[in-house]
Amino acid sequence: MTKYLQVFSLGIQNALVYRVNFLFRATFGLVPLLATLYLWRAIYASNPDRPDVAGYTLSGMISYYLVMTVVDALTGVTEDDWQIAADIREGRISQFLLKPVDYLTYRLSLFAAGRVVYTAAALIPVGLFVALQHRHVVGPPDALHLAAFVASVALTALLQFLISYTMALLAFWLLEISTFIFILFAFEYIAGGHLFPLDILPPGLLAVLQFTPFPYQLYFPVGVYLGRIQDAELVRGLAVQAAWVVGVYGLARWVWARGIKHYSAAGG
Amino acid sequence: MNFMRAPSPSPASHTPASRAAGRLAAAWRRVRHHAGVYAVLCRNSLVREMSFKTNFLLWIVVELLWFALQLAFVAVIYQHTERIATWSRWEVVLLVGASHFIQQVFTAFFLTNCVQLSDHVRTGRLDFFLLLPVNPRFLISLRQLDLGAFVNAASALAVMVYAGARLALRPDLLELIGFGLLCAAGVLLHYALTFMLAAVSFWTVQAQGLVWGYYNLFNVARVPDAAFPPGLFRVVFTFVLPMLLVANVPAKLLAAKLASPAEMLLLLALAAAIFAISSRVWRLSLRRYTSASS
Repeated sequence: MTKYLQVFSLGIQNALVYRVNFLFRATFGLVPLLATLYLWRAIYASNPDRPDVAGYTLSGMISYYLVMTVVDALTGVTEDDWQIAADIREGRISQFLLKPVDYLTYRLSLFAAGRVVYTAAALIPVGLFVALQHRHVVGPPDALHLAAFVASVALTALLQFLISYTMALLAFWLLEISTFIFILFAFEYIAGGHLFPLDILPPGLLAVLQFTPFPYQLYFPVGVYLGRIQDAELVRGLAVQAAWVVGVYGLARWVWARGIKHYSAAGG
Repeated sequence: MNFMRAPSPSPASHTPASRAAGRLAAAWRRVRHHAGVYAVLCRNSLVREMSFKTNFLLWIVVELLWFALQLAFVAVIYQHTERIATWSRWEVVLLVGASHFIQQVFTAFFLTNCVQLSDHVRTGRLDFFLLLPVNPRFLISLRQLDLGAFVNAASALAVMVYAGARLALRPDLLELIGFGLLCAAGVLLHYALTFMLAAVSFWTVQAQGLVWGYYNLFNVARVPDAAFPPGLFRVVFTFVLPMLLVANVPAKLLAAKLASPAEMLLLLALAAAIFAISSRVWRLSLRRYTSASS
């Protein structure tokens, strides 16, 4: 355990090198978000006789995007998948096969470190942004939802990491995987609830999405926080989310085992 | 490109008329020279792309997917409203198409090259470009052609044609020429701003983050301008980083939504002004360049 704490603290120092990049990324990322908020304002203003869209008032809609931005900063994968793919391609994982270090746990420690630094760098722009929209800041309905939110954010982070990790392991077989990373990212972007809250979709489509991991990568914790997911649905959702984490973990282990057999240690 | 930077003195230039003719001939030679260089660069890009065919096709799929995603967003939004301010569904589709078209043409010619500038500075490869007998900015800006982006630009055009048909638009030749001109101004504007940000790499190695950050702002260009109330955001993104003009003005020209021709003039004037500023910034940056190679 202590060795992974060491990795974590090393990861913090490494990530600190990129703090300016993180700051740029977080700041520039807010501009399209602000544009989306203006878009929603205009939509609500164009329909003065209808105060809500699928149960969201304008204020509720803005709250969704605020919470979504915070959850995304806490759990989103930024560089990890590229680094893992590069480690494999350039033969740097050979050393992990010799040392008593588990590569998945090692990467998870680095991911956690990266998130800590990213969140710290994003604190200034995101904090300012949230402060500007403070009228739409709402708390979770009660302590139970808060606890469920915290748990599901942790699960979201694990799920995000494990899915990206498994995807990056494709580098065992393919030289160039950035296209696959971008295709996956596109699905996460729209089906994860990055672009809009998923429950404004037609119910049939939402039901289909529930069978994919994407809603549990972002939308679910936000819905819990806003109290839109409650009672039995909440409990079932947490269970499904946990099941996805376990399932993808198993898949990651399996793909790793297959990949190692295929691995030729190029350059190592 | 600034081909005619240095007036070339010709020995036979005695009368003002012959001097002007000489200068014209020299300028013509420069244009022909650079056109020849560009033909070779295009051929190289083609060879490079064709040596990784699967990857070439997959990148087209990625871009198509992102375009489809934007259109899906429009479809979802219009499930819940008839209008966004004054914009109807197919007008917004036309706008998203125009924005994607301009972005893809920009990507085809300039994006990779602008991103690579910071690498050239960091590794000292820039020395090599400065020594070649071509305009360095020309070479750095147009070295690689991204051929897949033309396929995606064509997909954007197809979506625009469909949206135009749904809106029963019948643009005449003059409007189409105007549209092309405004799109060209939009591409030039994106290029000038990106190139300026890339030139920051002469000061810091983290300029690539800036370039990608700017690329993020493209998302603003496909939002109808009428959605933005008068205020700081609208002023900044109209006059400083004119994202709200780049795609909105050409789309509004086709959809006959322009409030006044002044909007077109503003886009053209800003494109020219920002391009002129980027030339100044480029010259200033070059002066700062201390080679990184030995």
